[in-house]
Amino acid sequence: MTDTPFDWMAAANKKAKGKRPEYFDDPEDERMLSILMAVVGEVSVLRERMDTVERLLDAKGTISRDDIESYAPDKQAAYERGAMIREYIYRVMRGPHQMVQELEQVEPPVEEVSQELKEI
Amino acid sequence: MTKITPQDQKLDVAPPYNAVARHGVSPQPSHDEIARFDFLANFNKFLSGALGPGNKQTYDKRVLPGFEKEHGREPKDRFEIRHAMNEDPFHTFWSALKRNSMEMRQQNGRAMVLRQIDELNAKARQFNEGRDTLELHPEIDVPRYQSAVDIHCMPGSYHGEELAGDISAGANYDCGIFATTAGGLGALSDGGGQALVEWIKKERPGWEPRRVLDIGTTVGHNIVPLALAFPDCEFIAIDTAAPILRYAHARAQSLGATNIKFIQANAEDLSRWDDGAFDWVQTTMFLHETSGKALPKIITEGYRVLADNGLMLHLEQPEYSDAMPLFEQFLRDWDAFNNNEPFWSSMHALDMKTVMTEAGFDREELFESGVRAVVDREIFPEAPTGEDEDHGRAAYWHAYGAWKNADQMQEAAE
Repeated sequence: MTDTPFDWMAAANKKAKGKRPEYFDDPEDERMLSILMAVVGEVSVLRERMDTVERLLDAKGTISRDDIESYAPDKQAAYERGAMIREYIYRVMRGPHQMVQELEQVEPPVEEVSQELKEI
Repeated sequence: MTKITPQDQKLDVAPPYNAVARHGVSPQPSHDEIARFDFLANFNKFLSGALGPGNKQTYDKRVLPGFEKEHGREPKDRFEIRHAMNEDPFHTFWSALKRNSMEMRQQNGRAMVLRQIDELNAKARQFNEGRDTLELHPEIDVPRYQSAVDIHCMPGSYHGEELAGDISAGANYDCGIFATTAGGLGALSDGGGQALVEWIKKERPGWEPRRVLDIGTTVGHNIVPLALAFPDCEFIAIDTAAPILRYAHARAQSLGATNIKFIQANAEDLSRWDDGAFDWVQTTMFLHETSGKALPKIITEGYRVLADNGLMLHLEQPEYSDAMPLFEQFLRDWDAFNNNEPFWSSMHALDMKTVMTEAGFDREELFESGVRAVVDREIFPEAPTGEDEDHGRAAYWHAYGAWKNADQMQEAAE
């Protein structure tokens, strides 16, 4: 048993030894992305929980917290939930995903297109 | 061409965390803890599959032309590519997302383990107390290559304790491998060990090693399947970190692998074992976590304790040979600098054949082979290789091996 109170929430947040790489010019952007990604993850968790509730209600009509905690999807449900998470990730990651598409297809600024259309 | 409607299409999604098998010291995940790993497993697939190819695009279209313009030549090594890529907005954003995914995996795993650490420690004690199959030696120092940084951003690394004598390091390491590999290592994250069993049964059918040494065993993922496959063989699994060994021992015992002795020891000095004491000496995904001077010492000591006709085998990611494009070398190096693997880059640039020859093997004894994780394909995916590969985490390894003095042994027998 633990004699002194152990704050597992604080302990879970321990930083790994080793200087963190800097990805952005502004260090605040590093923090903002960390917070944003944590929220992105938690929204996915909420969606999965809601899906569990809906499936259990469909099957049983009424449910308890224990039902939710012990829920294990069968193969088909597991696939559907995987597809749901995948769809969610594609939606929230639209920005970086479109960066890949921009790299594949370099486009002129719309201002240039605008000039062109004026002339044709 | 038949058209597949969106409804019929089988999407590439990660298996659910529910598919992870429980053993005697597994943390009990709540619904939301499962959901967190479900998110990360699928997010990592997205990072490698959907965003990863953008790295090559930006390199070919922006970074390489810019480099050539500035320097009048191509980059000469993977380091020059990395420095140039670290100035590119696509690559830095991708890296930042990936780093966050790694950090979230650690936080999520630690939160699950630490909230139930008292129960987990109690479970481990039931398997560990009074057993002579767990030998801890507090006089073994944590080597600098294990303490310089926390390897793969794992707070506290393998040797850290939150509470005296706890098993949190092992439990956290074990529970999150599913998320980082998107299930690629199977229900017990032991697809590497299962692959070793399959490989040896095919390579040398009927061979019954008497004693096997597993160096840098961590939680024993890759030795437990072998121990179960060779129940009459004695297995010795060593590591420098006590917390991980406490967990490894309890895990192995609970899975029925009672023929493994877990010993706290540093493989640079195996003097407690006689020459030729083992029929098989191996490491799996370990050598990249050592150092320039430690690695050859480990191989040399391993050679000494290996019996004639015995097998030395090391599983690693592929080495950076001259045949491997510099851009691929750079991608494979991501973990070195972004996921606290400081020896990764140098290790993969080593010519392992030379290291093994210098340890005592004849060049003709050496062999190389590819080993793919063996997992239940009904539930778990085959790890993608090629463009979608999650470099550094793909469940597909390069095996460096040798049968010690096998030719001489055969000649003597004839």
